[in-house]
Amino acid sequence: MDQFAQQFPVVFKTLNVGFLQTLKLFCVTLLGALPLGLLLACGEISRSRVLRTVIKVLVWIIRGSPLMIQLLIIYYGPGLLASSISAEAAASSPFLNMLRNFRWSGGEDGRFAAASVAFIINYACYFCEIFRGGIQGIPVGQEEAGLVLGMTGRQIFFKVKLLQMVKAILPPISNEIITLVKDTSLARIISLQEVIWAGQAFLKGSQGISGVIWPLFFTGVYYLAANGLLTVGFAKLEKKLGYFR
Amino acid sequence: MPILQVEHIRKSFGQTKVLDDISFSMEPGNTLSIIGSSGSGKTTLLRCLNFLERPDAGVIRVRDEVLLDAGEPKKVTDRETRRKRLHFGLVFQSFNLFPQYTALQNVTLAEELLAHDTPEWKADKSQTLKRIRDHGVELLAEVGLANRMDNYPHQLSGGQCQRVAIARALALRPDILCFDEPTSALDPELTGEVLRSIRKLAERNTTMIIVTHEMDFARDVSNTVIFMDNGRICEQGDPREVFDNPKQERTRQFLARYHGEDAR
Repeated sequence: MDQFAQQFPVVFKTLNVGFLQTLKLFCVTLLGALPLGLLLACGEISRSRVLRTVIKVLVWIIRGSPLMIQLLIIYYGPGLLASSISAEAAASSPFLNMLRNFRWSGGEDGRFAAASVAFIINYACYFCEIFRGGIQGIPVGQEEAGLVLGMTGRQIFFKVKLLQMVKAILPPISNEIITLVKDTSLARIISLQEVIWAGQAFLKGSQGISGVIWPLFFTGVYYLAANGLLTVGFAKLEKKLGYFR
Repeated sequence: MPILQVEHIRKSFGQTKVLDDISFSMEPGNTLSIIGSSGSGKTTLLRCLNFLERPDAGVIRVRDEVLLDAGEPKKVTDRETRRKRLHFGLVFQSFNLFPQYTALQNVTLAEELLAHDTPEWKADKSQTLKRIRDHGVELLAEVGLANRMDNYPHQLSGGQCQRVAIARALALRPDILCFDEPTSALDPELTGEVLRSIRKLAERNTTMIIVTHEMDFARDVSNTVIFMDNGRICEQGDPREVFDNPKQERTRQFLARYHGEDAR
């Protein structure tokens, strides 16, 4: 017990730093994936057949394969690709040249950037399907009522449909966001120094503590706390939108 | 001078002819009822008048202004279409109220949006909003909902919702108010209150086109009745003539079935 009391402050401090990185990835993903998902959803219901097909294929690939593999490909892919492009080929095309010269910057910044890209693309595809369902789930009569009242397409979207859509998609979106909190731990696979990575360090040995597994278990508390807050927040939001049906 | 002239409207969905050479006209202040079995094209006709469907052929004229000439393929801007469709109001079978707005907000929303960017709005925004609000309150009072203004649609009965929808359609002062089976989604108890509101409008010489299955009401309230069958106008005329002395065999069959149901 004495030993635990000695270790706890050190572990706690380290895990806090790790969890900050977890939160950073979480926030960046949401900031990128929510608008990108809405954009994809608009594309998926657009009149352009080509656009619809491209997005459908993208969504299939991203939702159909593990996020962990996507992380690995996005982080290690550019380096491997670059080495397979010859200097002559690069000289012939600016695009190939760009690919050949692209590298994630070294260290934690590069890992974070790569993880952000992978998470944003992955979550945008899930959000896209939820948004599409939300938009298409609104009865066509709402649009027609707006039209016969002389509203513009913009007005119908913002004044009539948007809030109904937000209300309809709130439960699936909150589900996805709670999953995202936990999914950030997948970035461990490219050694992003998030909270799991921080906890695991004490298994191998760090700051004079080694061979203890409880810090790793303890990381669960962080996820629970974050998701507890989110759950309360979403419940409040749902209640706020409960004034109409 | 007729307020509305519809000439040779045709509309097909794929291979199915839904409207086949529809022509009629109506005088201002009159009420026109359209009857006929389901699938006879009544609703599509109303939707064409409200620019929710585009006819394949034909001309629609309001007060001598050509609103639509399907023969002219010239591109019409969205703004033009919006201006033109405001000649008509439409009350839907399923109300289509906006659930996130109160009864009053449902009535005033479109008028407020239209008021944006007008000189009146720029001069005095709060005064404009007040004028629109007062107009909305007045309309709701007319349909007997003065005490339900701040209720949301889900807090209202079907009949009340439909009366809000009527007030909403009146808010933009359309030349011609169209009703698409306004009581078909209501149980018989609630039908009466909606019909009373429509009757009141007729007494005040509101120009109306009513697609309905309420035969007694149609006979009572309208100046002209059109019986549609298979996308065509089968018979039209004075309601007493059409209901009591139908000239066409098809009309007789249709009415007989309705009376049969009444007798049951």
